[in-house]
Amino acid sequence: MALTREQIAQRVAQELQDGYYVNLGIGIPTLVANYVPEGMEVMLQSENGLLGMGQFPTEDEIDADLINAGKQTVTMATGASVFDSAESFAMIRGGHVDLTVLGAFEVDVNGNIASYMIPGKLIKGMGGAMDLVAGADNIIVTMTHASKHGVSKLLSNCTLPLTGKGCIKKVLTDLAFIEIKDGKFYLLERAPGVSVEEIVKLTTGELVVTGDIKEMKFE
Amino acid sequence: MAGFDKVVSSYEEAMAGLSDNMTVLAGGFGLCGIPENLINEIKRKGTKGLTLVSNNCGVDDFGLGILLPKRQIKKIIASYVGENAEFERQMMSGELEVELTPQGTLAEKMRAGGAGIPAFFTATGYGTPVAIGKEERQFKGRDYILEESIVGDFAIVKAWKADRFGNLIFRKTARNFNPLAATAGKITVVEVEEIVEPGELAPDQIHTAGIYVDRVIQGTFEKRIEQRTVRTTKGA
Repeated sequence: MALTREQIAQRVAQELQDGYYVNLGIGIPTLVANYVPEGMEVMLQSENGLLGMGQFPTEDEIDADLINAGKQTVTMATGASVFDSAESFAMIRGGHVDLTVLGAFEVDVNGNIASYMIPGKLIKGMGGAMDLVAGADNIIVTMTHASKHGVSKLLSNCTLPLTGKGCIKKVLTDLAFIEIKDGKFYLLERAPGVSVEEIVKLTTGELVVTGDIKEMKFE
Repeated sequence: MAGFDKVVSSYEEAMAGLSDNMTVLAGGFGLCGIPENLINEIKRKGTKGLTLVSNNCGVDDFGLGILLPKRQIKKIIASYVGENAEFERQMMSGELEVELTPQGTLAEKMRAGGAGIPAFFTATGYGTPVAIGKEERQFKGRDYILEESIVGDFAIVKAWKADRFGNLIFRKTARNFNPLAATAGKITVVEVEEIVEPGELAPDQIHTAGIYVDRVIQGTFEKRIEQRTVRTTKGA
């Protein structure tokens, strides 16, 4: 079975470490915050200018001056700080964020990522995504492995305009956990009940499969 | 106004000197921390042909979006746009020029502009459509592109509190691009929720020093929320 959105978030959460500063993109990445392991401390960075993002507010706590990068109302966790957007991107571009999780339309074997525009459709913009992929060393891309019509999104070469070049090393799809190095995809783990053959079939870029590929584990 | 007193009493006075085809930098992220009333004043004045530099372009009836119906914006430099129908229409028809700029690069362009730095190298956007036509250079084996800084004829800024000398304090994430825009306007106009006397803001707590600020006005704000999200059971 392909992973659900929640399971993708859960699997990403297994990559968190105590004391990590983490930037979570819009969509599935945001859900990762719900699965921070018990007893572990992570601090969420929101690129509009907040470090230490808390949960959504109650009705009484809503504050128009306190939002996240998705423009949602949020709260601040204990020990939070706020700063301007140049400072925020100094943290990101300067490599101070330990883990960045974001979505994509396509990735390829050279670590290229396309996530912000589909030519011919309305182009809304890249927001902070280009800065995030250029600045972070540790990035996990979350995405569906293939389109509804079975067209692979893990390619030899991205077909859409790039968000970043040569910057992605880890991809978690609804079918597999994949590492990118030396111009190839490497299959690390598969979703429970999904066969290696299925993953191979839905991966257009060169995929290396060595030994026994373990299933992902969920609690 | 006298000496360092920057306070003006009307929005007309606050935006005096703004004329057609100028470049205006605006603070704000989404609808958070936007200079609502200064934008309203630009609408009222009917100034046209403006180049707007702002992370976003508001929504149909609020924020910078209200400058669209009468085609007051010629060009917008932003990182994320299109939260409104009229914007989409003008962009698709070519009436509105849009220069998409990565958010961090946009912030740094304003910061650098205000700091007298004409351009800077960044890895952001290398190998993407953003890099087209820009100088590239390697430093320590990594590729960078040269981005030019931005200054505005006007900067319109929203802060929480100001003293009469234009020292500013921002509130929570309403800070965003505001301090950066404040440094990069030839004329920087700030609207605030409260104006206090010099000395009432603790010098250690001031986010933007009054040297960057030309005019201060006290306003009242709607502070519209774009994505009202509340906690139900648990989770962020």
